[in-house]
Amino acid sequence: MPQTLLGTARCIFRRDLTLAARKPADVATPLAFFVIVTSLFPLGVGPEPNVLSKLAPGVLWVAALLASMLSMGRLFAADYADGTLEQLTLSPHALTPIVFAKVAAHWVTSGLLLVVLSPLLAMQLSLPGQATWTLIATLLLGTPVLSLLGSVGAALTLGVRGGGVLLSLLVLPLYTPILIFGAGAVTASASGLDTTAYFSLLGAFLLLALAFTPWATAAALRISLD
Amino acid sequence: MLQVVDLTCSRGDRALFENLSFSVRPGELLHIQGANGCGKTTLLRALCGLSQPAHGEIRWQGTAIRELAGQYRTQLCYVGHANGIQGDLNAAENLRFGTCVGNADSHADITAALERVGLSRAARLPAKFLSQGQKRRLALARLLVSSSPLWVLDEPLTALDVHFGATMSGQLASHVAGGGLVVITSHQELTVAAPIQKIQLDR
Amino acid sequence: MYKYASPKNFYVLAGQLIPWLGIITLVLFATGLYLGLYVAPPDYQQGDSYRIMFIHVPAAWMSMYVYVMMAGAGLVGLVWNIKLADMLATASAPIGASLTLMALVTGSLWGKPTWGTYWVWDARLTSELLLFFLYLGFIALQAAIDEPRRSARAGAVLALVGVVDIPIIHFSVIWWNTLHQPASIGALNRIISPTIYPTMLHPLLINSLAFFLFYYMVVLMRMRGEILARERHTGWVMQIVRASAEAAR
Repeated sequence: MPQTLLGTARCIFRRDLTLAARKPADVATPLAFFVIVTSLFPLGVGPEPNVLSKLAPGVLWVAALLASMLSMGRLFAADYADGTLEQLTLSPHALTPIVFAKVAAHWVTSGLLLVVLSPLLAMQLSLPGQATWTLIATLLLGTPVLSLLGSVGAALTLGVRGGGVLLSLLVLPLYTPILIFGAGAVTASASGLDTTAYFSLLGAFLLLALAFTPWATAAALRISLD
Repeated sequence: MLQVVDLTCSRGDRALFENLSFSVRPGELLHIQGANGCGKTTLLRALCGLSQPAHGEIRWQGTAIRELAGQYRTQLCYVGHANGIQGDLNAAENLRFGTCVGNADSHADITAALERVGLSRAARLPAKFLSQGQKRRLALARLLVSSSPLWVLDEPLTALDVHFGATMSGQLASHVAGGGLVVITSHQELTVAAPIQKIQLDR
Repeated sequence: MYKYASPKNFYVLAGQLIPWLGIITLVLFATGLYLGLYVAPPDYQQGDSYRIMFIHVPAAWMSMYVYVMMAGAGLVGLVWNIKLADMLATASAPIGASLTLMALVTGSLWGKPTWGTYWVWDARLTSELLLFFLYLGFIALQAAIDEPRRSARAGAVLALVGVVDIPIIHFSVIWWNTLHQPASIGALNRIISPTIYPTMLHPLLINSLAFFLFYYMVVLMRMRGEILARERHTGWVMQIVRASAEAAR
């Protein structure tokens, strides 16, 4: 009996985690970027805690967004180079759930780690405690959307010259709603306002991205392999 | 039966080959020949459904492979130009992943397959330390654990030593003898004990 | 109808349409600008500076229309594998980007007398800016891929994702804008409120139609060029080339 769809998806997920564990530097680089970029801001705007805490939601969200985007390059690149991607598209199973498994594994080794790191950086920028919890929650909802949208860009730019910079041009405009509501929620929470609406919208974006992007990414992969 | 009807493939705006028709029946091996750049790899990729032909149709058991989609892919095992091997996984892990993604028995005997391609001693070694020939063997090991009748092989014999080349030929012969189909490109003459059909792609 | 889907027939048909589109566009523009710049009265608040909306608003409307066209054509090309649809999408992108840029420039010129500065993060201007980035992404992606079919299909997927995202971006920007901007800085939208005078509405509508036809004229011209480039090896294109070489001599 060949593998079931669920078995195949689990197998891909586990393999990508194994690979990430064996190449920790690849995983660590975007995280280091996240830390360095946020640390640059106090040097640029001055160390006054009240200025920093005002800028913190935007700075943290923009830095997390850029770090997430930078990590997208490795989602398909290695598989594309060594022919594994061909084998994945030739699997008897549909490509969409396979893509989904890959993006999920990628998120665990990029977005989730950004979430884990974020309270530390929030503290550096004097973000109040309540807002830090909101930051964690919005990143938890928002970074999967960034990974899903980024996967479309990563698939489209496979093997294309100038792929990295091109990827940023493709996906950054698409990221703006997530940035607006993610950072908006943290700002609202820092000034003691209600954040329910922000969370509903981020949740809606996540559902929408889950429904559409794996399909678009699968289509883009087939196009890139043709 | 694999049937190709009026197939035209192009790269850019240049046609690689035009109106190609042939068929491969169970128990047959098709050897595609031609100079570099005449479209052999493109043809194989079209047979797998990886690249879309400019026009024409490829049929499996009388139905277009576009319509069969996943159902067709259960019938297919493709070893392409690229080996599909991740350097940071060891040989056994690579092969297990191959079986898990492709159309293989999920309880296939990985150890036995590695032994048959002469890699049992290298099974625990990260694949990036394998030689070109060993990587090729590892890619071909996927055929041994596959249960697909149709094998599509792009230059499988490159980088293989004489001894393993012969083993591989034996493997192809027994697959064909068992009612399998093989479509293969190779610059070498094939010494497979099976009915061989040949197509010269360059005009 | 179907026979116009062949590149050669389309080339001929488009060639016949373009002069007519050009003439009508010119007449409409002349009328629209005359009505807008001379006949329409000055605004009681903004004086004459509001008149730039006769360019700004049609450009902004068309910039969105062209993106939707691009995505629609991309979808048709992707699903039915029709080359003309691919060409329509590719040919539309630079036109759409130019219209977006025009909307941005006119919007910021209007901003100087109105807000006292060339740029404010007004909802409409911000949306247009993001739309401009989306166009740039599309153009850059297609330019980076040499193989024409892959380029067309990759562009189509991007345009489709973009067209789903644009309403979301637009809505998010409006939300963000109402939260962060003091209410005194209104959106450009205000000047085309329902109470607009017919003397202002008519030139606006006439100019919009002119922009609309202008887009089709330019896109047909660009598609004709693309057809010649792609079919350069075929007999009928060779004939045209030979004929024009004769004429030049």
